[in-house]
Amino acid sequence: MATMATPLKKNRLNHHWRWFANHLASVLAVLATILVIAPLVAIFIDLVYKGASSLNWNFFTRLPAPVGEPGGGMANAIIGSAVLLGLASLIGIPIGIAAGIYLSEYGRGTRLSNLVRFTADVLNGVPSIVMGIAVYALIVVPTKTFSAMAGGTALGIMMIPTVARTSEEMLLMVPHSIREAALGLGVPTWRSVLSITLKTAMPGVITGCMLAFARVAGETAPLLFTALGNDFWSTRLNQPIEALPLQIYVYALGPYDEWHRLAWAGSLVLIVLIVVSVALVRYVTSRGVLKGAS
Amino acid sequence: MGVGIEVNGLNAWYGTNHTLLDITLHIPANEATALIGPSGCGKSTFVRCLNRMHETNPIAKVTGEVKVGGVDIYNDTTAVEVRRRIGMVFQRPNPFPTMSIYDNVASGLKLNGYRNRRVLDEVVQRSLQNAALWDEVKDDLKKKSGASLSGGQQQRLCIARALAVDPEVLLMDEPASALDPVSTAKIEDLIFQLKSQYTIVIVTHNMQQAARVAERTGFFLNGRLIEFDSTHKIFTNPSDKRTEDYITGRFG
Amino acid sequence: MADSTFRWLMLLCALSIFGIVALIATELVTHCDITLKKFGLKFFLGSAWNPVNNDFGALPFVYGTLVSSLISLILAVPLAVGVAIFLTEMCPRALRGALSFLTELLAAIPSVVYGLWAIFVLVPLLRGYVDPVLIKLLGWTGFFTQPDFGIGMFAAGVILAIMILPIISSLTREVMTAVPHTQREAVLALGATRWEMIRMGVLRNARIGIVGSIILGLGRALGETMAVAMVIGSSPTITKSLLAPAATMASVIANEFAEASDDTYRSALIEIGLALFIVTIIVNMFARLLVWAVTRGAPARAT
Repeated sequence: MATMATPLKKNRLNHHWRWFANHLASVLAVLATILVIAPLVAIFIDLVYKGASSLNWNFFTRLPAPVGEPGGGMANAIIGSAVLLGLASLIGIPIGIAAGIYLSEYGRGTRLSNLVRFTADVLNGVPSIVMGIAVYALIVVPTKTFSAMAGGTALGIMMIPTVARTSEEMLLMVPHSIREAALGLGVPTWRSVLSITLKTAMPGVITGCMLAFARVAGETAPLLFTALGNDFWSTRLNQPIEALPLQIYVYALGPYDEWHRLAWAGSLVLIVLIVVSVALVRYVTSRGVLKGAS
Repeated sequence: MGVGIEVNGLNAWYGTNHTLLDITLHIPANEATALIGPSGCGKSTFVRCLNRMHETNPIAKVTGEVKVGGVDIYNDTTAVEVRRRIGMVFQRPNPFPTMSIYDNVASGLKLNGYRNRRVLDEVVQRSLQNAALWDEVKDDLKKKSGASLSGGQQQRLCIARALAVDPEVLLMDEPASALDPVSTAKIEDLIFQLKSQYTIVIVTHNMQQAARVAERTGFFLNGRLIEFDSTHKIFTNPSDKRTEDYITGRFG
Repeated sequence: MADSTFRWLMLLCALSIFGIVALIATELVTHCDITLKKFGLKFFLGSAWNPVNNDFGALPFVYGTLVSSLISLILAVPLAVGVAIFLTEMCPRALRGALSFLTELLAAIPSVVYGLWAIFVLVPLLRGYVDPVLIKLLGWTGFFTQPDFGIGMFAAGVILAIMILPIISSLTREVMTAVPHTQREAVLALGATRWEMIRMGVLRNARIGIVGSIILGLGRALGETMAVAMVIGSSPTITKSLLAPAATMASVIANEFAEASDDTYRSALIEIGLALFIVTIIVNMFARLLVWAVTRGAPARAT
């Protein structure tokens, strides 16, 4: 039986260095956190400070004033965004949820669904401007016009992977017992999936859609050469249309202080919309989406 | 050489759950002491109080006195120092999967700043020999990862890892419960041999195991130490009826 | 009968994901055929971007993309991992929820809002306080020289860093949390300080996943468009100084596509888009595989 011939001596220098390293690590980690939170806080403060004062009735109801003149609003951009997002949701939500249904209810565990899920995740990482070019080529070129249709399609296609993934996740959480109960009652599968499984997962699915919605609400790049932008009232689907992020982009780069003011205000509106969505999503998912399920 | 452990009025909580009530005992040096009792009786918590692992849980609380080799481990020294001098082997083997066998055993040494190749080689070999694993792995020390061994080998690797930092006490929390009978027997043989150099405290579900390896045995029930005596006495002529009930299998 | 129709419908929608990829690929490829044929692969090696003469070389944009992404990684990775470590291992429970919500919020801010803030707040800050220091201390390297207008490669790198921080941080937290508690205990039981436990018991085990999250951040940085377009200065040149204006693949498309009057010009821009598409797909695939390998089993959250 081998014994300890060279017992370990206590190493004083090393001992102090270890405690120093430990404290240094804590300090650096806290510092990193502060440095990360700081820009966020700064952005929010700036948005409120610079944008809130411009949020008046004019802002929400009037068109942009002639170049540089005060008193205009971003009403057409807000309406335009609403139209585009409505279109996008019409395309993205049904297809996305359907894809999620397939992944969860029919293809669970199969190689195909793994591939679909993987591809959806990868697709989420593709720059949105690429999506814009593709839809430009697909719709704008043949129709020879920029249009709300094209913009909405671009945004809608972008929603599909996100909605599919979140829907799948929420559907997976529905306990098996519920599906079995439905089948036991003699309900056809398609009915059970829609009326029972999907219904149970609905709160979570909706919040997933909201997440995707909030994400594309702020997208500018895919609209640059699809919706293009429009200085006037327009809600026609085959004409260019304005959108809030697009308008912010143009105004931010412009030379007029008035434009900059509007850009801040528009950004504040966008951010409020998004923050509310994110907070809601967090709230719903943390409370347990399926409280009524069991 | 091992040292003795004095425990006086030890109380422990998990949040509001009072898991240990007024434990007082003396664990002799260079002996194996077994702790038995039904699930949830507090024996694991007790052992984790001995090397201050209990407090790593944020809702944990400890009061009372624990002296190891005369040193009050809660007031006279740091947790880091305590854990270096009191080694622990866990229920499920937990070797470091990203490290080789050699690096696993040497990990504790490297933490303490020992870099000399020669010293490390020597200590790694000795620890693996003491853990009865040397012959099986001596050719693959740096080639195989710690997690590529069988369950029994992994546990002996964990024992070697604990021994490498030259502790005075070795705590073993049901070390063989996740292993097959052959590996279990090997571990028990090991404890027999390690006794002469270290003080060993072993928590076990298996009464036969306690009878085989330990000189003293303590019986825990509902957070209290019911009886603490020589193993022989506990198993042949226990003083407390509850001990007798447990031994004879009436519950637990 | 209705059952199988329904199932086919759902399947079709799931397959639409592949369809989207195929759609993008085909549209891009067919619409950049002019420059594909004219320049071939030399397109990405030429550094002259001259729409007037119909001479197109995309090297400045490749350079801009790579350098701005590199700057953003250098700045973001230490901070993101630091935050992840703080939130997972050091943060008191009470603060954890609020702080992680805040970092999640960073990910939700649209690119154009980052750009707006960058133009009016970040760039003046850099120009006024940070750049002069950099010029003074590091001017000898040639990477930080006058003239300095504030906008440029460095500013783009900084705003990119802020934008990719949340991804790297949240994914790193996920892989760190996935490390079993028993590993942490094993290190502590050997007599390790908290930092040593984090280093040896958590980071070491999670390192593959952390690398994956960094690559994912890189993927995002490569394709980020609006904020970069707004602060990089849109100059199709390659300059050594990081304080000089530049352009990235994404920013040039954003800035010049609307004005691209003739087919060759547009084709050149679309070809850049194609390259961006391919590169980001590859980088993202690689990153996702790494992360998946570590958090195996649990379906990765759709971020």
